[in-house]
Amino acid sequence: MNDVVEPILKISNLCKIYSGDFNALKNVSLEIGKGEIVALLGPNGAGKTTLISTICGIVRPTSGKITVAGFDIVNDYRKTRSLIGLVPQELTTDSFETVFNTVSFSRGLFGRPPSPAHIERVLTSLSLWEKRDSKIITLSGGMKRRVLIAKALSHEPSVLFLDEPTAGVDVSLRKDMWQIVRELRESGVTIILTTHYIEEAEEIADRVGVINHGEIVLIEDKQTLMRKLGQKQLMMDLIEPLREIPASLNDFALDLTMSGLRLTYTFDTHEQRADITALLDGLKSAGIAFRDLQTSQSSLEEIFVNLVEGSGRRPFEREVEP
Amino acid sequence: MNFYGVLAIYRFEMSRTRRTLIQSIVAPVITTSLYFIVFGAAIGSRIQEVGGVSYGAFIVPGLIMLNLLTNSISNGSFGIYFPKFVGTVYEILSAPVSTFEIVLGYVGAAASKALLLGFIILLTASLFIELQIAHPLIMLAFLILTAISFSLLGFILGIWADNFEKLSVVPTLVITPLVFLGGSFYSTDMLPSFWQTVSLFNPVLYLVSGLRWSFYEISDVNVWASLGSVLLFLLICFSIVVWIFKTGYKLRS
Repeated sequence: MNDVVEPILKISNLCKIYSGDFNALKNVSLEIGKGEIVALLGPNGAGKTTLISTICGIVRPTSGKITVAGFDIVNDYRKTRSLIGLVPQELTTDSFETVFNTVSFSRGLFGRPPSPAHIERVLTSLSLWEKRDSKIITLSGGMKRRVLIAKALSHEPSVLFLDEPTAGVDVSLRKDMWQIVRELRESGVTIILTTHYIEEAEEIADRVGVINHGEIVLIEDKQTLMRKLGQKQLMMDLIEPLREIPASLNDFALDLTMSGLRLTYTFDTHEQRADITALLDGLKSAGIAFRDLQTSQSSLEEIFVNLVEGSGRRPFEREVEP
Repeated sequence: MNFYGVLAIYRFEMSRTRRTLIQSIVAPVITTSLYFIVFGAAIGSRIQEVGGVSYGAFIVPGLIMLNLLTNSISNGSFGIYFPKFVGTVYEILSAPVSTFEIVLGYVGAAASKALLLGFIILLTASLFIELQIAHPLIMLAFLILTAISFSLLGFILGIWADNFEKLSVVPTLVITPLVFLGGSFYSTDMLPSFWQTVSLFNPVLYLVSGLRWSFYEISDVNVWASLGSVLLFLLICFSIVVWIFKTGYKLRS
């Protein structure tokens, strides 16, 4: 796993086996630095929520060690839990409580003295202050999600876990949430979020982790990951079939498929964009004409799908035609 | 000790009582008044004194105990079951609160509500009959110990139950029959000797008898046996709760 300069969260060889011998987490090791935003991607049942729940104390680890700011989550549970805020995946709220009271309740529960001023700050930052006296049952889904974030921030945590924070919210609200996450990071909060939305990870994360079948398949700096795996393809449907790729085009990563009727050029989005002109010039010189062009780009989503499907093949890795 | 955490749970639970005032307070008071009217005034006037006490006065400790037990259990069970049901229990489990503090918050609130109701019923009773309390401190001890013990039992039920039916099984099918057969409305002297012996295996008999002794100095069993039994029950319930939190039974995976 990547070395982190000043880890606030350190997970070593974490295993979780549920009754029935279901192995939910397999020897997970992970370090997360102070002030980072880390997105954990994974399909349903991959172990994301189990991982978060274990760190927060809701699920007991079978083996392994977790420390938060150097404190062990089992032996120093009071210290670690007071440093952590958790926004659960489900909209679980006390429907008949008011917004202000439920956030105040959370602050007290986490051992902090009453601070109406802090609650006001949190509610205001989440655009909830106007709704402070409203019962939660009267709020929209998006507002309820904000209430859950407010509850998690009520005791001024250093680490915030967001378990699928934008699941089921509209695009506008999702962007608001991203802005909230960025502002939280600016205030020094470390954020670990799980998500199904790849664009969410692309948009706000510093590092992206992929978890599947209880294992961290990959954890990488987002930019590095995109650079490594972010590839684009240009597909050209030819008018006349080619028997083989002309030697003059050997410098280009070309594939000939569909019985010689399609040429596919795979290139790096960041470094080789200018080569397209050279390729098109090369095609013209070789007398190759095409009737149609189309492009496709590997996204984090494809990277993710390839990793979790365990194909072992990178996106757009060349297939060999029989 | 997470004092603010305990206080938060306690206040949250007590605020629910304020929201459900009719269900929590008014309904039991009306039910108890009906008991006094029917058993105390209508039927009781035709029943001779029991142990030198009018029948209306005789049933007061039994009625208080009936309400105390059922309310302690329902408050204790609902308090923890509801967060489990709606999912908000995640917050309790991820908070820096110990087992003891969680129990203190939930059971403390459940017992407080039950005690409050007990005193309201005592006041209601005083409107219908002339009350005498021979040993108020012993009465208080019985009420407090019983409220705490049965709130703990309710807490255990709330953790055990995974649906509303299970939640009501024990209060309806176990506690209510035990209270009715535990000498709440009669003295075991009135029973044939065989059933008197059977009654001695009913734990509620010891509670009702002890509370009645604190009022009128009459009892079916020795008051110290009553006190001992409620303390033993308290210890058993607390041990089970400690075991639940140590093993994470139905709470932590």
